Amino acid sequence: MAERSFAKEVEKLRLGDGETFHGEGILAITKALLQCGVGYVGGYQGAPISHLMDVLADAQDILAELGVRYEANASESAAAAMLAASVHYPIRGAVAFKSTVGTNVASDALANLASGGVTGGALVIVGEDYGEGSSIMQERSHAFAMKSQIWLLDPRPNLPSIVKAVEDGFELSEATNTPVMLEVRIRACHLYGAFETKANRRPPLTVREAVDAPRRQTDRIVLPPAAFAHEQEKIAKRWPAAQAFIKEHGLNEFFGPQAGKVGIILQGGMYNSVVRALQRLGLADINGDTEVPLYVLNVTYPLIDDEIAAFCAGKDAVLVVEEGQPNYIEQAIGAMLHAGGAPTRVIGKTALPMAGEYTGQVMLDGVGRFLRENGPGMLAPEHRAPNRPREPQPAPELAEIVPQRPPGFCTGCPERPIFAAMKLVEQEHGKHQIAADIGCHLFSILPPFEIGGTTMGYGLGPASNAAFHGGGGKRPISIIGDGGFWHNGLSSSIGNAVYNEADGVILIVDNYYSAATGGQDVLSSRAENRSKSTNHPIADAVRGVGVKWVRQIDRTYDVGKMRDTLAEALTTPEKGPKVIVASSECMLNRQRREKPLMAKAVKDGKRVVKPRFGVDEDVCTGDHACMRLSGCPSLSVKTLDDPLRDDPVAAIDQTCVGCGNCGEVADAAVLCPSFYRADVIRNPTRLERAMTRLRQRATRALAGWRQRRRLTFAGDAAA
Amino acid sequence: MTIAIGPDAPPAIPIADPHIVKLAILAVGGQGGGVLSDWIVQAAEESGYAVQTTSVPGVAQRTGATIYSIEMTPRSDRLPVLALMPSPGDVDIVIAAELMEAGRAVMRGLVTPDRTTLIASTHRMLAVSEKIVAGNGIADGDTVLATVEEAAKRFIGFDMDKIAAEAGTMISASLYGALAGSGALPFERAAFEAAIRKGGRGVEASLRAFETAFERARNADATANAADDAPQAVAGMAAPSGPAHLLERWRDLCERIAAYPHAMRDMATRGLAKVVDFQDLAYGAAYLERLDVVLAVDKATGADGREWALSVTAAKHVANAMAYDDVIRVADRKTRADRFTRIRREVEAPADALVQVTEFMHPRGEEVCSMLPAGLGRFVEARPRLLAGLDRMVNRGRRVRTDSLIWFTVLFTLAGLRRWRRRLLRHAKETAHIDEWLTQALHMAPQNYALAVEIVACRRLIKGYSDTHQRGLSKFDRVLATVPLLAPRDDGGDWLRRLREAALKDEDGSALDGAIETVRSFAETGDTLAARVKAD
Repeated sequence: MAERSFAKEVEKLRLGDGETFHGEGILAITKALLQCGVGYVGGYQGAPISHLMDVLADAQDILAELGVRYEANASESAAAAMLAASVHYPIRGAVAFKSTVGTNVASDALANLASGGVTGGALVIVGEDYGEGSSIMQERSHAFAMKSQIWLLDPRPNLPSIVKAVEDGFELSEATNTPVMLEVRIRACHLYGAFETKANRRPPLTVREAVDAPRRQTDRIVLPPAAFAHEQEKIAKRWPAAQAFIKEHGLNEFFGPQAGKVGIILQGGMYNSVVRALQRLGLADINGDTEVPLYVLNVTYPLIDDEIAAFCAGKDAVLVVEEGQPNYIEQAIGAMLHAGGAPTRVIGKTALPMAGEYTGQVMLDGVGRFLRENGPGMLAPEHRAPNRPREPQPAPELAEIVPQRPPGFCTGCPERPIFAAMKLVEQEHGKHQIAADIGCHLFSILPPFEIGGTTMGYGLGPASNAAFHGGGGKRPISIIGDGGFWHNGLSSSIGNAVYNEADGVILIVDNYYSAATGGQDVLSSRAENRSKSTNHPIADAVRGVGVKWVRQIDRTYDVGKMRDTLAEALTTPEKGPKVIVASSECMLNRQRREKPLMAKAVKDGKRVVKPRFGVDEDVCTGDHACMRLSGCPSLSVKTLDDPLRDDPVAAIDQTCVGCGNCGEVADAAVLCPSFYRADVIRNPTRLERAMTRLRQRATRALAGWRQRRRLTFAGDAAA
Repeated sequence: MTIAIGPDAPPAIPIADPHIVKLAILAVGGQGGGVLSDWIVQAAEESGYAVQTTSVPGVAQRTGATIYSIEMTPRSDRLPVLALMPSPGDVDIVIAAELMEAGRAVMRGLVTPDRTTLIASTHRMLAVSEKIVAGNGIADGDTVLATVEEAAKRFIGFDMDKIAAEAGTMISASLYGALAGSGALPFERAAFEAAIRKGGRGVEASLRAFETAFERARNADATANAADDAPQAVAGMAAPSGPAHLLERWRDLCERIAAYPHAMRDMATRGLAKVVDFQDLAYGAAYLERLDVVLAVDKATGADGREWALSVTAAKHVANAMAYDDVIRVADRKTRADRFTRIRREVEAPADALVQVTEFMHPRGEEVCSMLPAGLGRFVEARPRLLAGLDRMVNRGRRVRTDSLIWFTVLFTLAGLRRWRRRLLRHAKETAHIDEWLTQALHMAPQNYALAVEIVACRRLIKGYSDTHQRGLSKFDRVLATVPLLAPRDDGGDWLRRLREAALKDEDGSALDGAIETVRSFAETGDTLAARVKAD
């Protein structure tokens, strides 16, 4: 079960001809796929594409009705490989993953696919995780398209354009026997907007029908001598065919006047930001009608030489708006114009920054600068020679005060106690070489835990410690999540550690889901999934590849046990990798699952126990040792209204889910007796009520007896 | 460059397109920013607007700072071109779901005095970096509040989190109410409310929070903002209750305080209450005797011109030192008559629910030993094997149900050891420590008054239990070890304060080590603090 349910939204996928769809970009893409008669879909989750996978999973009934096969692929590589179905069969297929990390993983299959070419339209939807909010290295997908010769679409970020790009993509793919990559940036994926729908189309040939009538063509298989022929074919046939198709169907767009001394060539995805800059410079109106000639590359690879030549003809200078680096498009256009002897100056990364996201301000500065230097006549005086300085920003003092707020473990996260335990092990056994992986557990790198030194890729945590696996005085530790484990970690990280007799400790964080990407199920998920096979324990898989020393921990909140198991793994004389599987359900998903059930149980009069933690503020001394082993959002500090106390004390707010970490840590680290757990029992049994009454009477009598013999100070002021 | 401005000079104040309303929401992952933006979209569509919204949730959904962008314009037959992210200087409405996020919005330039309405909840959700500081790491909210208020054209700020919590819903509802109440968007109230109803979940609670926040925002005028959220002035101590003979003796002690200089009376009264609560009235008298000594030294050093800093500081820290955190105090606090009522309130237990309370205790041999009579305790302590054996017997985590009769009685009995506390090892140690520390300070007062005050204030370093307590003691010792170096210096007090602040910064004391190193180096070279600070 994914973190976000699209069960209601997917009904929009049934909209027919001429109806209006309102919703998120990702859902619009799914609708577009169905309108195009797609035969199979797949992919691998990861922001910003996770919701696409969730939508597909929730839309399984609709997909089934249309005869569309949906596969939750093992990895991006597996997803790309699935497009093999379009090699020999005239079936449209689409897969989605985040880029560039996913494209990195997929590139083996993508290169093979692109070499042999496709018969049915093959669409690779990449969610470009670049700029603000990104969680990965900052690179471009563009290079992958260029190296394998896959056409790259980068549509204007509005729903009608994105939907049209899906349609164009399939047609372009089929017309040129080449897979097509559709790049959607992070904000476009989450964009809320509207478009006019068409009815869904059943694929003319379904995969079920195709499998009953197998086909093969030896010359489409990547093997010599066919592989050599493929390379020639890419240049001689597919490239020109693509250019012809793009031109003929007007995939790229022109806005503004035809003539002008200056113009802007931009990636489709940059369109709204460029228009906003022009709006602010007084050169465009609300609908994007502008006085500056714009050439919008909805296809950023290949470029169309004569379109570019025609656009630049008569212009003194063109600005190329291309986000990220290297500046492939700018270089290509420069070379093109130079070869053609055109005098137009190509300005790109000299007006705009070479690296980094093109935010609103960057775009305004860059476009403004380009126009001031090359077409000042177009600008109103206040923009041509601005003489008012920028508003003084009251930032200096704020910069020192306002704290950073990086992401971290959620309230009640089962991974928190794992890292609290690691911190305790560190206190006892000293620091260790620790390699991290990709997933929520990577938050351990940040305060308060500050554990883990590198992250080399999904499923590669233990593999990235291989150099240290020969052993030394202290054993290296590596961490891997269940998502990474099933992605490729079982073979690349665990299997190979067995093979190489690695003397390290491998900690597998099993939270029942691919949690960081939004709680999708994986093989080891404990939930029953109606269309997937789950409940395959990680520990079994690990033993299956030959690990002898395996410890399964079924409640990560047991910090003491966690600590002792880690210590044992670090010190046992046993040879080979020491694998600890630390399992507890992702709290975010657990709450989502249990909350409604609990509420219903309470309503139905059933006995329900809800734990909550609290702090006796008069026992807490304000040393904050517990915070340094927690970082839980619900565990905070508060300043007491007491001049005797300098330091704020610990406090737990109403968002506490009673996971137990506070108490466990206070106990395992021998911190303090300030925490208490209060089990709130709804609909208690009669016996319980009676017992409680008796107990209360007795304890109150005792407490009262003492109170009558001493001074009592109002409230806790005297604490 | 062809024109006479710097290469990076931005264009002037951008033309605000009057037809596009630009809105940004800054929230913390998990606050329901997505729900809020959905409601705004609904209300806008309902009111005949074309609206576009987007966000970069990604991994920031996990408790990180997140930003949502909404743009809208009256619907026409053409599709407007709207931006996908807010730009500095180009935002009409900023909604910040927490005070520091409002500060962040201002830092990012999204709030400008020429056009931005800033709607912010003034409550705090502390960042991890603020919580893990051993001392007080909470960021200065007042400065942020003042700055953001000044940065905005219009500022509407109050504790919207409280309003939401009281209504039993998320802050998104009260933020939405404040937005509607602010009148910054030209929509009818009914359109806003319809969006909540259409959402379908927790409608009643959301509407309640909406209503309250709506009214607050509607009646908000910039000067009154947030004033009523400010912490109320500390009220004077209320008189205690109890048996008449004890109250009489309490009043006697209070009369002694009445003779103290005005500056220290409040602190001394609070301190007195703390030690009496900790032990008894005789202990309170002992506290006042200590203060008398301090006061005498203070008077002798002509402290009236210094607002009795030594006495006031001593009134605070001697009380804290005398009411040390031992097992008896913890047991006493955990078995007070009003505790269960307080817990029920804290965990928001409904009236018909039962509440069971589990404590997390982890006694070690040391704690048990410290509860032995002083002589016996010293005997055990002097024999490491005996102490280790004792530790083996008791050292384990004990989770005890204090709502059960057995464990309540155990703790109650432990608390009853109070009667004999003065004879126990812990008390002997604490008393010796207090005497030594106070003597050191009082001896310093004639030579270096400021340093003496700071010596007293260093008591703040000792807190926590078991290992944390040990680390605190060790920091205290290390800081006070620099006193001989600082004694001859006019700026000695200042330096000791700096050392104390460094000690409170991190747990392992590396900041302290660095600071001590600095002190040693200049003490040798004879540098002045002023020169140092300049060099920094």
